[in-house]
Amino acid sequence: MAWDYILQGLFEAFKLIFSGDPELYDILLRSIKVSGLATLYAGLIGVPTGVVIGLSDFKGKEIVKSIFNGLMGIPTVVLGLILYLFLAPAGPLGFLNLLYTTTGISLGQMVLILPIVVSITVNSIESVEEDIKYLALTLGADESQMMVKIIEEASPGILLSLITAFNRAIAELGVALMVGGNIFIKGGEMNTRVLTTAIQMYVTRGEISMAIALGIILLSLVYLISMVVNYIQKRWIEV
Amino acid sequence: MILLRGVFKTFGEKVVLRDVNLKVEKGEALAILGHSGAGKTTLLKIISALDTDFKGAYTFRGIDVKRDPGRVRKCITMVFQNPVMFRTTVFENIAYGLKVRGYSKRYIQEKVEEVLESLGILELKDRGARRLSGGEKQRVAVARALVLDLDTYVFDEPTSNLDIENVKVVEDAIRELIKRGKTVIFTTHDLLQARRLSNKLAYMEKGEIVEIGETERIFREPGDERTWRFISGMFL
Repeated sequence: MAWDYILQGLFEAFKLIFSGDPELYDILLRSIKVSGLATLYAGLIGVPTGVVIGLSDFKGKEIVKSIFNGLMGIPTVVLGLILYLFLAPAGPLGFLNLLYTTTGISLGQMVLILPIVVSITVNSIESVEEDIKYLALTLGADESQMMVKIIEEASPGILLSLITAFNRAIAELGVALMVGGNIFIKGGEMNTRVLTTAIQMYVTRGEISMAIALGIILLSLVYLISMVVNYIQKRWIEV
Repeated sequence: MILLRGVFKTFGEKVVLRDVNLKVEKGEALAILGHSGAGKTTLLKIISALDTDFKGAYTFRGIDVKRDPGRVRKCITMVFQNPVMFRTTVFENIAYGLKVRGYSKRYIQEKVEEVLESLGILELKDRGARRLSGGEKQRVAVARALVLDLDTYVFDEPTSNLDIENVKVVEDAIRELIKRGKTVIFTTHDLLQARRLSNKLAYMEKGEIVEIGETERIFREPGDERTWRFISGMFL
């Protein structure tokens, strides 16, 4: 008996997935778009920042690194609350009208995952053997060509930082819920419902099969991406 | 001409090079002998303009290395004892030095294949460089240097841990460079190799160049007791 409603939920979930339920796929596509944009923004800012920190040697570098490392574990609920306070109409950034928009969620998730991109990029750059630097120089590279080579050598790690960031963004709930508001109107253009907020909502409404279906999709997506990245990295590193 | 005057190098409190004076003329083949930790690799890195953090003066063909190491590195290359590889194919590893110098794709293709063939490793062209055996990696490292037509080549123990076949290939490549009038500087633990390849020999101990001179003369009648001890000890 205890398993019945879970099994029933799973059965219904697979039916929803394979029937091509438009609401379900609408939520999935929005989630990918929102978190994809967050990863793009975080990559555009975080990768160059991580490269600069990794390649340079300055006083206080370890402190800067530990700040980014610490921020990697920030609770998403706390960040969601902070962003809500800033983006609310009465808040300091209220004039941007980003609250309850997908752009707001993307920017919020970008703040969440930026430390991940920076920290992993710094580690990847720093873990390139010192001999690689000497090798590039002794083969005639100038300083900038040598740095490009180091970045190239660190590329698998930089790619990993982006994938880890995307997976963290698409699986987080706090920012999406507080900044996005889980808005959904059939055919509406301002919808902000994403996978995690939808799962949370369907569970509270007792619509277990839809929650399970979305959960399966979210897990599959995260695993699929991880597997693809593992494969690419393996090929890359084996060269 | 390579000219080092009063070069000192320290790592923290430890003095690694002590008042090193060295002159290497164009076309000379200098072997540097010495025990592990004598400062040979550190000296080679300074000669190759990879380390400019030292006391004293170093000029390469009249260029002050401390002021313009980049210019010097365009004329000299070093093959490391540990043949580190870029994370790419053998071809791309060898082509790198030509690419950063801006040569055309066609020239790079021809030149790389020519060098690969001369070292008997053409079939490795598309292999991942990091997946090669030790001997193959060392040949690739030598090819990476040979493909560049430079004045001076520096080798740090180029044949340590290699089998006889690979030792012959690397030695032949070095001999060819010497024949073409290139300046070659190398370190080795193999006294016979030093005698086979060099016309000038330096013996280092505890960061100092104890003795330097014509190879045959040093082998016949070393001018310093420490050199004599090293040479005779190795033969016993």
